[in-house]
Amino acid sequence: MTFLVGCGAGFSGDRTDAAEAVVDELVRRGEPCALIFETLGERTLAAAQRAMDADPGAGYEPLLADYLSPVLDRCLDHGIPVLGNFGAANPRAACERIAALMRAADHPQGRMARVEGDDLRERLATLDLAPWDAEHESLPARDAIIAANAYLGAPPLAEALARGGDVVVTGRVADPALALAPLVNHFGWPWDDWDRLAAGALAGHLVECGAQVTGGYFADPGYKDVPGLAVLGYPIVEVDRDGGIVVTKPRDSGGLVTTQTVREQLLYEIHDPAGYVTPDVVIDLSGVEVNQQGPDRVAVTGVRGRPAPERLKTTVCYDAGWQGEAGITYAGPNALPRARLAAETLRERFARRLPADLRCRFDYIGHVSVFGDDDGTLQSEAPPTAPAEVRLRLAVAHTGRAAVETATQELLALYCTGPAGGGGVRRHHRRRVATVSFLVPRAQVPTRVHTLDAAGEAATDTETGR
Amino acid sequence: MTARRVTLHEIAHARAGDKGNRLNLALFVYDPADYDAVVAQVTEQRVLETFAHRGATRVRRHLLPQLAGMNLVIDAVLQGGVNGALNLDGHGKSLSFRLLALAVTLPG
Repeated sequence: MTFLVGCGAGFSGDRTDAAEAVVDELVRRGEPCALIFETLGERTLAAAQRAMDADPGAGYEPLLADYLSPVLDRCLDHGIPVLGNFGAANPRAACERIAALMRAADHPQGRMARVEGDDLRERLATLDLAPWDAEHESLPARDAIIAANAYLGAPPLAEALARGGDVVVTGRVADPALALAPLVNHFGWPWDDWDRLAAGALAGHLVECGAQVTGGYFADPGYKDVPGLAVLGYPIVEVDRDGGIVVTKPRDSGGLVTTQTVREQLLYEIHDPAGYVTPDVVIDLSGVEVNQQGPDRVAVTGVRGRPAPERLKTTVCYDAGWQGEAGITYAGPNALPRARLAAETLRERFARRLPADLRCRFDYIGHVSVFGDDDGTLQSEAPPTAPAEVRLRLAVAHTGRAAVETATQELLALYCTGPAGGGGVRRHHRRRVATVSFLVPRAQVPTRVHTLDAAGEAATDTETGR
Repeated sequence: MTARRVTLHEIAHARAGDKGNRLNLALFVYDPADYDAVVAQVTEQRVLETFAHRGATRVRRHLLPQLAGMNLVIDAVLQGGVNGALNLDGHGKSLSFRLLALAVTLPG
């Protein structure tokens, strides 16, 4: 008997209607299963924390209701637990929102379980912080810190399921933990059964980015063709008691599951394949094999596990000033030289009017841009081309907002002062968030599970180990 | 048959992933018969040179022959990463295709 884990979203901003076909398939198959949503990127949490600081009722995934509403009723009807890190900076408020959705769907008995303990912002100074990986930066100034969250593992999520959570709401957790938790809860794997934990975490890794394993982030026309990108089927992973893994997707959906899509996602955001560190197990992918078992069915075998790390990765997000972008387009004959003249003019204006520590970059979109470096080395060495149109893009960064706004306003002024035929200026500004990560002893990151029924009755809280 | 010169894109596919200021490029050949040639020519040094203009400091290559692939881990290539970069593509998602633009020689 296998346990199925479906994924309904792989990042904050993912399609909001993808979970429906996944839930349809889970219901049709009628096997034990869970549905996960992974919506919390590195920076997403900083934005959420800022939102909560401004409004105590905000700070969770802005698309929460869009993701859950289409499937919540069916999941509750069929006993399919949902796990998501859509609590972001404010799992409590997310639970209140979900409770309202449950009541509206006529499920007042529905139960939320929220996992807390990842938020270390107020306790940072008391923690034993070791450098993470190659980073050797010191802790940012206290008043610059926006968020500090540990990547929690699966145990408190499994506890939340064991306590009857229909929807498990978390903030920062390791993405694979969203899938490992229901697997451990179902199969009763011990927390030191490293090979099975590695298989469960790998199953999570393969599906937590949603369509990236089923044909998203993959298509290359004529080389890697993908049918039905507009109706991509999001992944379902089948895991058996011994850790056997098969990746598949809903029938009659777009996309594809092949050894090519699976091996690309297998190594996505991985460094040393022999030592992929998660809070629950260190995964060894060095001997993994992938085999096509049938249409849109790929088996993944050979994963091994080693004991979990003693310390948890903790990412600190801090304020890094302001960033601005602006662009102007030149088209037709001599477009590139006109764009270059515009950039030269701006550089001269900046030298006259702006602080010397303004960071500044010019791109020639259509000639050389994303492959290039901030100093323009690549584009200055590129063979001359005559693109039909070029967009000059300016990006600037500074500690202060004023310098950034003045810089983009100088680009705006090119309408009347720059080379001939410049059009389509757009500018925008945003605060910059930087991150630095540390390792914190596991014992310094206690977790708690709170349950709450949709009708509003709070159940008990429990502290969890690990 | 004579040796032929092709771009990696003709014989391989790749995916980029970012963590902080570090990028990994997972590269796989379509036909395992091409694997040895790619291993011989897509070296750590050559990949470092491909991204040197962006300040890359080190490349580590992990071979996965049973997947007909390799994982290339490139340090300090994102000029600040998704949070700090001024590049339009702060994640470096497009950079798998810079790798795929490299030319390799296949034996005849």
